[in-house]
Amino acid sequence: MAITYTSGEQVEVYRFSIPATVLIPLAAVFLQAWLPLRLPFFSIFDLPLLVTIGFATARRSPLAGLFTGSLIGILQDALTHQAIGLYGIALTVVGFGASSLGIKLDVEHAGARFLLTIFFYIVHEVVYFTIARGMVGLRMAWSWPHEFWSGLANALLGVLVFMLLDRVKQRT
Amino acid sequence: MDVLGRYRNLIVLVGVLFAQILGLAVQVNVKRTTDSEPTRLIRIWAVGMITPLEKALVWAQTSSSNVWHDYFYLRGVRAENRGLKQQIERMSLERVRISQDADQARRLQALLAFKEQFISATMAAQVIGGSGSELSRVVFIDKGYNDGIRPDMAVITADGVVGKVLEVYRIPSTSKVLLINDQSSGVGAILDKTRTQGILRGTASGEVVLEKVMSDETVPAGEMVLTSGGDGVFPKGLLVGKVTKVAPGSELFLNIHVRPAADLSRLEEVLVVTKIDERQAEPDQTGAARAVDILAERLPAIPSKPEDAVKSGVPGTVAPGTVAPGTVAPGTVAPASTGSDAKPKAASPQASTASGAPAARKPASSASSAGTGSETSSATPVTRTTAAGAAKVPPKPVKAAAAPKAQPAVEDSPH
Repeated sequence: MAITYTSGEQVEVYRFSIPATVLIPLAAVFLQAWLPLRLPFFSIFDLPLLVTIGFATARRSPLAGLFTGSLIGILQDALTHQAIGLYGIALTVVGFGASSLGIKLDVEHAGARFLLTIFFYIVHEVVYFTIARGMVGLRMAWSWPHEFWSGLANALLGVLVFMLLDRVKQRT
Repeated sequence: MDVLGRYRNLIVLVGVLFAQILGLAVQVNVKRTTDSEPTRLIRIWAVGMITPLEKALVWAQTSSSNVWHDYFYLRGVRAENRGLKQQIERMSLERVRISQDADQARRLQALLAFKEQFISATMAAQVIGGSGSELSRVVFIDKGYNDGIRPDMAVITADGVVGKVLEVYRIPSTSKVLLINDQSSGVGAILDKTRTQGILRGTASGEVVLEKVMSDETVPAGEMVLTSGGDGVFPKGLLVGKVTKVAPGSELFLNIHVRPAADLSRLEEVLVVTKIDERQAEPDQTGAARAVDILAERLPAIPSKPEDAVKSGVPGTVAPGTVAPGTVAPGTVAPASTGSDAKPKAASPQASTASGAPAARKPASSASSAGTGSETSSATPVTRTTAAGAAKVPPKPVKAAAAPKAQPAVEDSPH
């Protein structure tokens, strides 16, 4: 079992099999594109974001986290009609941040995962909003209540997604 | 080297972010300088990975749903069938009235040398997926380049306008449709009654607003919004939605909120308008279906005209097709010609469809407004009869210079 040493504490590092690494993000993007048409309320969730956070915190490697986030984000961008890179940049930051924080914090508990997801949901929205409005020129309005409730909903779902990811992750 | 090793993660992060920001800047620049952005290879790959799964899932869902609906869920089909038949009858009568109005409109358009657009071919398509982003309101349909779909084709449903085709893919054969509630979409629109034109746009929150309508215009809530045909994508006259709220906006324009007629959040099947023809308006030469013919189909039999009544020489005329058996229209206006190609003038099926009664119970004022020209009424005699029988109130023929010899009235046999 590979152990990284941070501030004198030992944290476990996990990896995912190649099929899981490929299929889980694909499934997340697919469900995100497909489910809101059948269940409109599902558009409040962001499955690719949750998967990015889940992978990043489990791997605890900033490089792996940022590349995972970048690829998932670009895949998500490719399905939209907006410029490619909006989700890519936001998820790159989230992937890097989540894996960096995963080294420092214990993210095995549901409470920690819940708070971590809310935090990174807000980070994701702030980065996306800034790029979309400042660079691409999209008309967007920031609403704290909306972001708060969305963050809360995503955090709840995130706890479930992380539990599912726990089943497929392998100790290195 | 130590510094590079120490900050390796941060350097890679900055590099990846820089590369993406650069790519974003290039795309934004291309979009600003050219009208249409080329489809990126990465989009083709992404669509190639995701849409086959969506197609498979939608196919499985549709198949299982069809099995349920076609074989197991047939309760109430007979009653529904009866209701639908009645609805067809009502709609047939309504169609006669509309065709008369349309015929008159075509005649007027022909006089003014108008060119009209009409949808000549559509293709049904199934919605298989979306973008997964609230800031990109697009959907994917299961028809693409191989099916004859091309960019900028209009996409509609039976309820109203949905959007337009944005990108078309060959493999897999699918298309991306931009919905009218996306903030980058724009539809030329016109208000049904006031005929005020504007541009329909989506907002970031997914609402639809009508822009560029001056604040001195009067726009009532509830007014229908139609396509104006000015955008070159949507043919004129398609229903877009209904005005829900009107408020003063910025820069002398009104802020008009529109509720789309089509439910954009629950799209399943759509029609892609694959061909729009433009032709010079011509009056219909074939002759519209007559209301009396349709009414006659509903009745078991129509008694033949009594010859002696025809020969009796009672002044007045009963227009062909204006009088349903059993009832006679008060103030029915007969057409100038009573030949076989004469069109019914007074029978307004709208009244009959509302009440379920035969067509000829409409008062004279409304009858004359429903497609009867004033020139027709001035040149033809007017029959004034009651439902009890034609002979009770003797009709007085209206004298006009071009009026033909008064024709005998036909007494309608009570039904």
